[in-house]
Amino acid sequence: MTDMTTLQARTGTSSSSTDFSSSVMTIEIGPAHPAMHGIVRFTTKLDGELIVEMEPEIGYLHRGFEKESENSKWIQVIPYTDRLNYVSPLLCNIGYSMAVEKLYGIQAPRRAEFTRVIMGEISRITDHLTCVGAAAMEIGAFTFFLWFIKAREYLWELVEEMTGARLTTNWTRFGGNSMDLPDGFLSDLEDRLSKLESIMEECDKLLTRNKIFIDRVKDVGAISKEDALSYGFSGPMLRACGIPYDVRRADPYSVYDELDFEIPVGSTGDCFDRFLVRMEEIRQSTSIIKQAADKMPAGPFMTDERMLHYPDKKDVYGNIEGLIDHFKMVMEGHHPPEGEIYMPTEGGNGEFGFYLVSDGSGDPVRVRLRPPCFNFVQAMPIMTVGHYVADIVPIFGSINMIGGELDR
Amino acid sequence: MDFLLEIIMTPAILACLKIAVIILLFAMPLGTLLTLMERKWSAMIQDRVGPNRANIGKFTGNGLLHIAADGLKSIFKEDTIPKGANGFLYLIAPFFGLIAAVAIFAIIPIAGPIGNFTFQVTDVNPGLLFIFAITSLNVYGAVLAGTSSNSKFALLGGTRASAQMISYEVFMGLALMGIFMVYGTTRVSGIVNGQNEYWFGNLVPMWGIFTQPLGFILFFTALVAETKRAPFDAPEGESEIVAGYFLEYSGMRWSAFMLAEYVSLVGVAALMTTLFFGGYHVPWLHLWENAPQWIVTILQILKFTFFTVVFCWFQIQLRWTVPKFRFDQTMGLGWKKLLPLSLVNIIVTALVILTLA
Repeated sequence: MTDMTTLQARTGTSSSSTDFSSSVMTIEIGPAHPAMHGIVRFTTKLDGELIVEMEPEIGYLHRGFEKESENSKWIQVIPYTDRLNYVSPLLCNIGYSMAVEKLYGIQAPRRAEFTRVIMGEISRITDHLTCVGAAAMEIGAFTFFLWFIKAREYLWELVEEMTGARLTTNWTRFGGNSMDLPDGFLSDLEDRLSKLESIMEECDKLLTRNKIFIDRVKDVGAISKEDALSYGFSGPMLRACGIPYDVRRADPYSVYDELDFEIPVGSTGDCFDRFLVRMEEIRQSTSIIKQAADKMPAGPFMTDERMLHYPDKKDVYGNIEGLIDHFKMVMEGHHPPEGEIYMPTEGGNGEFGFYLVSDGSGDPVRVRLRPPCFNFVQAMPIMTVGHYVADIVPIFGSINMIGGELDR
Repeated sequence: MDFLLEIIMTPAILACLKIAVIILLFAMPLGTLLTLMERKWSAMIQDRVGPNRANIGKFTGNGLLHIAADGLKSIFKEDTIPKGANGFLYLIAPFFGLIAAVAIFAIIPIAGPIGNFTFQVTDVNPGLLFIFAITSLNVYGAVLAGTSSNSKFALLGGTRASAQMISYEVFMGLALMGIFMVYGTTRVSGIVNGQNEYWFGNLVPMWGIFTQPLGFILFFTALVAETKRAPFDAPEGESEIVAGYFLEYSGMRWSAFMLAEYVSLVGVAALMTTLFFGGYHVPWLHLWENAPQWIVTILQILKFTFFTVVFCWFQIQLRWTVPKFRFDQTMGLGWKKLLPLSLVNIIVTALVILTLA
């Protein structure tokens, strides 16, 4: 009975109406709530409409990614990474593969790297389109959201063309990619990017100077540089505070140091800055993709190093080394050398890093992910306290919490 | 036959008949149709198709059957009452809004009088003051639903709705003062006939929108806020307080809230047409000497319906174009900007009238 009463008090359906009269009202936002995309719960204390206290509770989407990885072969983890940040699955694929490559101490062929840059930036754009669109939708700009989803659809068709899937991409391998660019991909890419640009222009007109929109997001959820750093922010959230930290520049990986792009920064770190930073990053990513497509070198898309690359079928059936290699790779998997590494990449939300431990046995000892939005959710209380309850929506929309990478 | 006509022409029966015709043949069908039209129009704005799947055999009516499907669904849904809710208040709350929405049509003329017969349920002396009285009844629906549901989200929605509607009523009245001054009456028939005058010979009709441009914007804003439509739908607050005051309702009671919203949308449109766009008067029709009465009446009904639909469309377009205000911003806009503006409007109108007189 006591359990029932506490449960009722916690879910905000207390049966006595007298506690409405108390000055501070506890209200449970989530886990099933329209603004809580992904699943998360905010236990919020309200004084009238003002938030006086808030406590995020995460873990509703915990699937044991890290533990599951320890019981898989190295290569079997790649499909799991699709489901981490499910609005930019290719960036997760790339992040994990590059981490394992770092463990091996190898680098993928240049053509593979350039392709990864293109696909990664496409994923970054889909990530930002989803985040900005969903956040705008929740404060009422529904049309804006659907226009962005239309743009995202163009890009997901490209992803589908490349990988055969929209979300469950499973595209990269250690030392390259599973597939090369399909025929006509680069011309399709150009076509889709120009469509994206026209939609961006249209949406920019619709929202960026809209008085109601600016009123809703300006000075809402601001966080200072110092707080942002001490909470371990990264990605667009940190850049909106004015710190130009981008893993692609700070710790260049892949071929990003050969490409020319700018890192947009905000000044106040409020929701409006985050919106502008993301919009600008979409444009920067578009330009990165164009540069990478221009510079696309010829050559192999997968390393031909032994025990990393499945031998060709003619070798498997034609000579004994090929057959043995194939058998060992299927039965035992990859054997990265013993050691531990941390490989940060710039995910859609920020620093998306894998910490890997290998004992050389063929099974991962530890696969640890540093999810960028974990830190953002942690900072929700300091961003929301003192604001109105309606401000939770743009603030939470702007941090782009993705349940998959947050709860793993 | 004469006897039958006599019965029909008794004022009480006649009023009932008019209520039936105006409300059942004009307001309700238009309101119901708008539930579909809103989805279709928003689909057009957003490059979608919109609802088109409800069917009888191969007939879909391009989505028209969704109206019937929605109605049937909500009739057969369980009418739930949450635990700890105040049963009686909870049950009657949905109908306040519906009654208030429908009652607006009591004083709106949809065509000019033919002899003694008017196309208006009643032309009460207080006229528009009746509208203010009725729309304030609307508040009770939201407040009762909010407080009786025993849900904190509903409570927040209810308090927001009451604060918003009460404060917007204040300057809704003030915004209309200009109209009262220009046409010198609060009676609806007086205002409508006043708009049939012309400026510069026969060039410009003296419609409310030309005599009271600021009053038009203010009154329209106030009405949209009063009906809690976007961008002033903080009381519903879809994204933060889920559905606000009618969160706990289901089935037909929930539909009553929805229907009230759409009927009052039509009500707003009809009111705007009546007060600011010459009501049923077709402009420049008086230039056609001895036009047959029946053609005039049909033209008047068509003109009135056309402007009403245009205003319905405008409200829907508004909803799907702009984001929503936060609750405190709605209140700030009302008290800090629109209220002073409507006072300025009154003073300027008064000065102009004094100078011209």
